[in-house]
Amino acid sequence: MEQKFDFGVIDKILETYGSEQKNLITILQSVQSEHHYLPRKVLEYIAEKMNISLAKIYSVATFYENFSLDPKGRYIIKICDGTACHVRKSIPILERVRDTLGVSAEKPTTDDMMFTVETVSCLGACGLAPVMTLNDKVYPAMTPDKAQELIDAVREGESES
Amino acid sequence: MGYMYIDGMKIEFKDEKNILEVIRKAGIEMPTFCYYSELSTYGACRMCVVENERGGIEAACSTLPRDGMKIKTNTPALQKHRKMILELLLATHCRDCTTCSKNGSCRLQELALRFGVKRVRFENNREEKEKDTSSKSIVRDPNKCILCGDCVRVCQEKQGLGIIDFAHRGSKLQVMPAFDMKLCDTDCVNCGQCAAVCPTGAITVKDETEKMWQYLDDPTKRVVVQIAPAVRVALGDEFGIEHGENVLGKTVKALKMMGVDSVFDTALSADLTVMEEAAEFMERVENGGTFPMYTSCCPAWIRYAENKHPELINTNISSCRSPMQMFGSVIKKWHEQSGDERELISVAIMPCTAKKYEVARNEFTENGKRVVELSLTTQELATMIREAGIQFGELENEYLDAPFDMGGSGAGVIFGVTGGVAEAVIRQCSDDKSSGAVKDIKFIGVRGRDEIKEATVHAGGRDFKICVVHGLANAEKIIRATQSGELYYDLIEIMACPEGCIGGAGQPFAISPERDKRARGLYHTDERIQIKFSDKNPIMGYIYDDILKDEAHSLLHVHYE
Repeated sequence: MEQKFDFGVIDKILETYGSEQKNLITILQSVQSEHHYLPRKVLEYIAEKMNISLAKIYSVATFYENFSLDPKGRYIIKICDGTACHVRKSIPILERVRDTLGVSAEKPTTDDMMFTVETVSCLGACGLAPVMTLNDKVYPAMTPDKAQELIDAVREGESES
Repeated sequence: MGYMYIDGMKIEFKDEKNILEVIRKAGIEMPTFCYYSELSTYGACRMCVVENERGGIEAACSTLPRDGMKIKTNTPALQKHRKMILELLLATHCRDCTTCSKNGSCRLQELALRFGVKRVRFENNREEKEKDTSSKSIVRDPNKCILCGDCVRVCQEKQGLGIIDFAHRGSKLQVMPAFDMKLCDTDCVNCGQCAAVCPTGAITVKDETEKMWQYLDDPTKRVVVQIAPAVRVALGDEFGIEHGENVLGKTVKALKMMGVDSVFDTALSADLTVMEEAAEFMERVENGGTFPMYTSCCPAWIRYAENKHPELINTNISSCRSPMQMFGSVIKKWHEQSGDERELISVAIMPCTAKKYEVARNEFTENGKRVVELSLTTQELATMIREAGIQFGELENEYLDAPFDMGGSGAGVIFGVTGGVAEAVIRQCSDDKSSGAVKDIKFIGVRGRDEIKEATVHAGGRDFKICVVHGLANAEKIIRATQSGELYYDLIEIMACPEGCIGGAGQPFAISPERDKRARGLYHTDERIQIKFSDKNPIMGYIYDDILKDEAHSLLHVHYE
């Protein structure tokens, strides 16, 4: 599947932050918020433009947990497994969500590219534990059933539209 | 400036960039994996730890010397620390030492022995990773990597390429090309400097000695060998001969003992290169050709230019084939004319790993057969000599074979050191061919280990500006400066390896003091050879008139695809 990228957008990102080496992480973050991941073609493009070796960019991109080199689904579910969420039973939620969607830690994205399930170490909302987010919208005090309902609702909405 | 105390000894320091250099100056051999004086300091291996007055432990490579500083280099705490590092490194390291190509020259093995690591308490839970044998020159075995980063830094800092870097994090950290690509799919130029600095067997030079033994054993094959200039001043290192001593005579003898039919000297075809390159240069001058003209002997440089500066290919870069390929053509023609019915196997002994790539290039293949069949490194030859049980140090000198027994002129021999090609071409183009002129050329600025050198030469009524560069990162600087119009040169010599071919990755590993001795060895040889100018080499006439005839241009030049 050869994907086409709009390099004009990338040029704009490079222009905004400047092509100096020190801005690499910021630029990668912008690319990721644009594409939800770091496409190889784009990394090759910015390596050329910024005059940084591709291996160096790959090094930075694989070092940080937050950067993803694999395409992500349109709905990103983050389940918090920080201490507070963990003790208030975040793991059963995670297991239910993964079972429902048929994904795992190694393969976090559904085949139809609709959902990606990730765990995070803390969302900073411990008072609301256990917490989960769906495309950055926070859902507090979750249970496996509530998570399942949420997924079902999203699927229903998608099939209607 | 000041004094510091190392294990109670008062040691003076001047401009040493860290206390490790001061400790080594004091005669103490500090163990390191990740430290090379020529690369940036990384401070990862922690083998060079020292204890300060307060019992604190710091890495010597990353600590500046201070006046009055007191350190100890060998305390029980430090010994324990070093042993633990080694034990942990070994725990995740492939321990098939006996079958490793680095067996006997591996730093990990050496230090484990030196510090008496007798057992490894930890289980190896790393999964086995695949070897990358895709490159023509280099083999990468991630299972033997100790993550010292030497290869990463040499590739980035010296060659400006950054083909390999660290990837992933923590226990998953690895050194690899971007996206774990195969080396052959990257822009790697095959210079092999990563293999030269690798302390273990994680990056090694491809071993083709077995192929050579097969050829030598086959009576239907006529094995003809050429030896590059830089090999003769480095091979001795492997056999305890003084650094920089010219061992060409012994090398010829050893090759003959192994069963090689004829042995020739690449310095001779370096003379051909000088003739052709000087002619090309003067032709460009007279007909207003493209300038600057770049030399074309270094295959890593050619590959670099193809990847990064295709605009220079077949334009600025000289169309001359490398001396190795020129001799390949000459040997092929000579063999055809000799009426020998055996199949010709043309082999080159080179200081270079990129030559392995060059021999396989399409341009140097005719009807599916390579012009030069095999390129072996100096180190591979050393391995073969040892394998054959030849007592290299004891050998008598043997002469090169006819009809090329004359060898090269002094100008051809100095090709092996940075500035040599430029100097040879200058001699050739110079109006004054007296011995005084040769001595003067010596001092115009092309000699010495500086990474970028400039010289101005007066010939044919005008001045020519010449630049000599080694290291591709430096080459990039010069290319940019000339393209932007900031600098102007008529001739630019580029060699990828430090100080030219004498620092090639196929050579026994050497850093500056030893490399300088190799350079001196070549210059001494030049001084001893009576013929100083390539066109004065009496064999040139024979090669042009009797062997190459009207094919000279097509056989000595190349158009890159």
